Amino acid sequence: MLGRLRILFRGLARGRSAVIGVPYLWLLVFFLLPFLIVARISVSEMENVAFKDLITFKDGLLQLSLKFSGYRFIAEDSLYFDTYLRSLKYAGATTLLCLAIGYPFAYFMARARATVQPALLMLVMLPFWTSFLLRVYAWKGLLSENGWVESVIVGSGLDHWLVAAGLIEAPGRLMNTPFSLVLGMTYTYLPFMVLPLYANLAKMDLRLLEAAADLGATAWVAFWKITVPLSKAGIIAGSMLVFIPCVGEFVIPELLGGPSTLMIGRVMWDEFFSNNDWPMAASVAVVMVLLIIVPLAIFNKYQAESQEGRR
Amino acid sequence: MNAARLNRWFGRGWLGAGFVFLYLPIVALVLYSFNDSPLPNVWRGFTLKWYAALPADSEMLAGLWLSLKIAFMTACGSVILGTLAAFTLVKYKRFMGRTLFSGMVNAPLVMPEVVIGLSLLLMLVSVQRAIGIPERGLMTIWFGHMLLGMAYATVVIQARLGDLNPQLEEAAMDLGAKPHQVFYLVTLPMITPSMLSAWLLTFTLSLDDVVLSAFLSGPGATTLPLVIFSRARLGLNPSVNAVATIIVVLVAIGVLIASYLIARSERQRTLEMAAANRA
Repeated sequence: MLGRLRILFRGLARGRSAVIGVPYLWLLVFFLLPFLIVARISVSEMENVAFKDLITFKDGLLQLSLKFSGYRFIAEDSLYFDTYLRSLKYAGATTLLCLAIGYPFAYFMARARATVQPALLMLVMLPFWTSFLLRVYAWKGLLSENGWVESVIVGSGLDHWLVAAGLIEAPGRLMNTPFSLVLGMTYTYLPFMVLPLYANLAKMDLRLLEAAADLGATAWVAFWKITVPLSKAGIIAGSMLVFIPCVGEFVIPELLGGPSTLMIGRVMWDEFFSNNDWPMAASVAVVMVLLIIVPLAIFNKYQAESQEGRR
Repeated sequence: MNAARLNRWFGRGWLGAGFVFLYLPIVALVLYSFNDSPLPNVWRGFTLKWYAALPADSEMLAGLWLSLKIAFMTACGSVILGTLAAFTLVKYKRFMGRTLFSGMVNAPLVMPEVVIGLSLLLMLVSVQRAIGIPERGLMTIWFGHMLLGMAYATVVIQARLGDLNPQLEEAAMDLGAKPHQVFYLVTLPMITPSMLSAWLLTFTLSLDDVVLSAFLSGPGATTLPLVIFSRARLGLNPSVNAVATIIVVLVAIGVLIASYLIARSERQRTLEMAAANRA
């Protein structure tokens, strides 16, 4: 026994175990354990400030008590359900907008002269390095009264269209609406869409397009039948990078959204900090993670398949 | 021919419009920091008074100092942990729980920050109840930022480590270098540029973070983004514009210098490699 322990310790002292062990232990303690605590609290009963034990041993009986009222409440109460739905809706709209703006952007970037491409790439990344909080704050100025963008939109009468589309409530009031929220999220996450798409489109074999032209396809047909299908991996990667953080976004709705754009991150925040209902906040968090895991699993499956196909 | 030219101009127009979209808020932010008007959106002449007022703004200064300290510590810690994790993922293909490990490394990247913040805070409170420490403050924010920073650092360093030619390390071993010598003399110099990028990336991430800091900060530990966030929530504030301008200028200079240095060292390395190949 002692001898085996000594061998174990000698093994641990070797470099390999330390290299693996340090980050492994770090992640177990600061990532997995906290999440298990959240999962546990989400099914716990709260007594004053302490949690009841989940497993109790009484009168020779082992009792396991789980409280699912938080989850039942989320499923039944329309506030939570609507908020989840709204978060998914805004995240989806942002993803589509980023794709609509970002795909042509990445496409033209990838087809620009090879000498200017690094500079263009640098220009896309540079805003990413300056504070995201301050850039979101800047939109507050641009969209409020007399702001540059507000002047252009109201001056051109575009705000009436936005009212008709249901994105703002009254002409001339752009801030704290679904419009300002989605605009802010699109702005923030656009580089996350452009970068993977650019990486994908820049690698494309342009001879395929020549071949298509030789076979009589117009540029437009060749674009839809060759370029777009080949960039599917980039489209999916970019969409995931935009959609997933948008669902749980907290800062942008706080600064640019309003009472009508309540999102799930804020609801969780309020349950914890205002209502002090920890089990409820934990339940909201667990459901949020489950919502995100589904698209992520699809993404991973797709990536595994495309890697399989490449081999 | 005409269609091709039209296509080219359309492309240039789209790229131009996209860059205007990306840079417009930054330009507005900088310009309005020089605005001499009590109404934030009405231009009324040039002034430096918002900058002059900053040194007296003790809340902002204390926040900045705390943020810089945390960002520095986060960047250093993240790069160390990230290098170890990247090394593990690239070099060791078989060990117990590798799937769990690689999942956990990438998970913080896709987890909503509010969930990470909440879970760390709940654990912190549990530990506090059990043993009375730690107080919420600099240390707890640092640990939270490092969790996120490590994930980013791992991605950056892993990409570089995966591209390395394994023959270089094998050659060093054939020539009698011990494993730690191979690491310090061969591997480390080659991944230094990516470690530098990871350091800068995690530094800026930490300097910018609101959500994790909000969960993990305690009384008296208000970072700069928390100060800015609480002021920005209330409305437009010229002092925020002034701070923003200073940050934008510093970051732009930093990124330009760093990318120049990284590009130069890359070029030098390629030249050396070419020379070695010729010889």
